[in-house]
Amino acid sequence: MGRRVLVTGLGSFWGGRVAQTLEQDPEVDVIIGLDTREPSVPLDRTEYVRVDESYSILSRIVRATQVDTIVHTFLVVDSNQVSASQMHDTNVIGTMNLFAAASQPESRVRNVVVKSSTLIYGSTHADPVWFSEDTRRPAFPRLRVERSLLEVEGYVRDYAADNPHVAVSLLRFSNVLGEDIVTPITKALSLPLVPAVFGYDPRLQFVHEADVVRAIMFVLERDLGGIFNVAGDGLLPWSEVVAICAKRLAPLPPVGRKTVAAVLTRLGVDMPVELIELLTYGRGADNRRLKEAGFCYEHTSAGAVHAFAEAARLRSTVGRPRAYRYERDVENFFRHSPAVVREKGSG
Amino acid sequence: MVAEKRSGRSRPPLVAVPEPDTDAGGDALGPTPGVDTDVDPAPAGPQGDGERLSDVDEWGRSQHLRDILAKLYDPLYERWFRVEWEGFDKIPRTGGALMVANHAGAIPVDAPSIMHGIERELQRPVYGLADDVFKRIPLVNLGWSRLGGVQAHPENAYRLLREQQQLVMVFPEGSKGPGKLYRERYQLRRFGRGGFVQIAMRAGVPIIPLAIVGNEETMPIVFKIPALAKALGLPYAPITANMLALGPLGTLVPFPAKMRIRVLDPVVLDVLPDQPRYSRSRIMDISEDIRHAIQAELYDMLRHRQSVWFG
Repeated sequence: MGRRVLVTGLGSFWGGRVAQTLEQDPEVDVIIGLDTREPSVPLDRTEYVRVDESYSILSRIVRATQVDTIVHTFLVVDSNQVSASQMHDTNVIGTMNLFAAASQPESRVRNVVVKSSTLIYGSTHADPVWFSEDTRRPAFPRLRVERSLLEVEGYVRDYAADNPHVAVSLLRFSNVLGEDIVTPITKALSLPLVPAVFGYDPRLQFVHEADVVRAIMFVLERDLGGIFNVAGDGLLPWSEVVAICAKRLAPLPPVGRKTVAAVLTRLGVDMPVELIELLTYGRGADNRRLKEAGFCYEHTSAGAVHAFAEAARLRSTVGRPRAYRYERDVENFFRHSPAVVREKGSG
Repeated sequence: MVAEKRSGRSRPPLVAVPEPDTDAGGDALGPTPGVDTDVDPAPAGPQGDGERLSDVDEWGRSQHLRDILAKLYDPLYERWFRVEWEGFDKIPRTGGALMVANHAGAIPVDAPSIMHGIERELQRPVYGLADDVFKRIPLVNLGWSRLGGVQAHPENAYRLLREQQQLVMVFPEGSKGPGKLYRERYQLRRFGRGGFVQIAMRAGVPIIPLAIVGNEETMPIVFKIPALAKALGLPYAPITANMLALGPLGTLVPFPAKMRIRVLDPVVLDVLPDQPRYSRSRIMDISEDIRHAIQAELYDMLRHRQSVWFG
């Protein structure tokens, strides 16, 4: 019997990407995707289930489908995306319910991958240049999104301790760049003038979107377990990132970061406060532990920036491809109608 | 404390030594990893992917900017402070080492003088560990890190010294050194909690103490305004003799005191590197020994100094 995988956050960029990759794998029998939103990418055999953001029906789903693998990509790491209470519901309550469901006595879960963020290290003046997975953060977390992720990781750690038979991998991703993903950083880099904090030019680290999916598949296939930073090699100054994208800098005042973030957001520039902190002090995550486990990155930090810049140049000429729209009836027809001729073993 | 004398080593000719960053062999302890500051510590990944536009390394240092500054600073080093070294050949040309020195002057000029002197003669970078106050101030943090300043964090120090075998400089007095009054000159402050000794132990590198004379007179502090320091979030807010003599110009311009830097014998710590913890008493003893050695050397240098301005 092949694998039965549950993907949370199917409608997010990562959930969709991971599900698409899992569909290619003949070892995977069943893929179930949960989200509050409809899938944003075309999928062949993934079953989409609409849930509320705190996953209250999750224990029923885990029991009914007998999944053995959970890929938890549904964490909010961008404080402008949702309200504070929604972020709490999605991150903390959602993760709590997920692990409550996965630790039922009849649960068959043997493998869990959680997609966290290097945001958990924060970004302050007292930081080391490189955070290893075990580095204690020097400053108390002040930002809501950081505290939220810390709580999530607390649940992950508790679950891993209580269930030693389950391989629990916690992946902390650095800022992602690439051809397709849209984040506050990609939005900032697409502005005519790119915001920077006056008097600072921090070194940033990036990971290419393809390496993110590859890293998730890597730990899944090997049942690794443990905490891993996922980040490209090398750090480069924000000014250089902007120069690679052939843009100019617009300085922001170096004081009152929360106010600056609020004003910019009001003006329509998606600039969450954690990004302003990052543009002040930067952050580096030591990626050697995952490399020692055998993972090879396809892109460095600078490579990810170049990939983004090239895609942006192409888009400026030909525009974005038309977005995929999920049609429930069409998808159900292809998956379940007896009229569709399916190969044995799939669907 | 084990102080190993490095005798029988003739003074290297003061000419440009090629291949500054490639550490061939290394005379220090520990492994000899491929040392190259501009490349990632583990370059076993993608090759030729993502060319860089600047030469800013992972620590924020830019050799290009460093070279520009060296051109500007050299006249100051040669003519203004007329820096003279004693025992320069005790500074290793390869391998990691942690240099510790006394620290003085409202805006200390000892750090740039040491870094400039070594980088000029040995053609190898020197990274200066300093307090996070530098990193909090706009523009200052930028200049500081581009020129070789690194946040004083144990993990940064370990990576620089152990994994990259670099030369690292630290002032164990911290801001208490430059923040002292002129009448307290050349009286070393407490050496923190001996963190520098622990770092050198973990990294398995020798400690090289330096004694500097002249830095106290470049920008003497007459009195301090604690309330202003608190309001600005600085470790101290001084009124310097320079301000009194030169007016506003004096906030930045140092007096041309003659600077002498004496390199003491390297202190080799006979402990195993990479231990999670070292004996606290041992750390404090070595730290105190080094402090006393620098203090004694300072008194000796002052005993022989004829003039503040001409040495």
